[in-house]
Amino acid sequence: MRYIVSFIIFFLLWVIWSGKFDFFHLSLGVISCILVISISHDLLFQRSNFQKKDITETVRFIKYIPWLLYQIILANIHVAKLALHPRMNDLIDPHIIRFKTKLRKDMSLVTFANSITLTPGTITILIRDGYYFVHAIDMKVAGDLPGEMEERVGHVFMEDSDG
Amino acid sequence: MSILTVVLNIVVIVLISFGVFFFAAGTVGFLRFPDFYSRMHATGKCDTLGVVLSCAGIALYALHDGLSLGNILVSLKIMFIAVFWFLGGPTATHALLNSAFNSGILPWTKDGKAIIEWPPK
Repeated sequence: MRYIVSFIIFFLLWVIWSGKFDFFHLSLGVISCILVISISHDLLFQRSNFQKKDITETVRFIKYIPWLLYQIILANIHVAKLALHPRMNDLIDPHIIRFKTKLRKDMSLVTFANSITLTPGTITILIRDGYYFVHAIDMKVAGDLPGEMEERVGHVFMEDSDG
Repeated sequence: MSILTVVLNIVVIVLISFGVFFFAAGTVGFLRFPDFYSRMHATGKCDTLGVVLSCAGIALYALHDGLSLGNILVSLKIMFIAVFWFLGGPTATHALLNSAFNSGILPWTKDGKAIIEWPPK
């Protein structure tokens, strides 16, 4: 099952990038997709059988993206304002902050770290023993952590339901 | 020149202008911020919104002479640049900061405490 779904995704991407619809290019696409899937089929979908929660996760993740974009825009304006402010040195107060996370799964840790880094003003430096080391440019952006974003990431990957 | 083309051009100009503004703010921040860590904020970050806005503008502009299959493919590819930036940009920023942290560079702070616990007790 996961072979077929990965094949469809890969082949769709191939068609978008090649942009040619004659038999020669499509057959090249089929061959390369099969080759890639036979080597790395376990990367895209880790569980061999699809369950209901895979679909729920995907839907929730798609719902999470607009909220993340909105946060990125807000924080980006904040950092741009800091960078252009005449008294920049008084406003910024950079620190490495260390906080404990309650996320457990690899995927949610990675998504949360990537979301922190994507949101301007905060960069994930390190995750060690369940602690995040985050560099924050001032206390305002640090104040939002871990907070709502962690809740939402935990919700997307269903942290509370299973391990 | 139809009214649709005019509207499309205005939207494209607004998107790319905001994108360039955020790139410029990132560059100014890069020059003004005090140390390595906060400079990475400016370069790695203002660029995320800059890339998205610029790519959206260029992708729309690629559609300006008609919705043919070729044009749609071109703008899809341009939007994929933004998607890959969202995956690759944070990873590169994180890799640079992680190696800086591991090699013992401490951030510039006002009170001298480099690492603080969060949230404060």
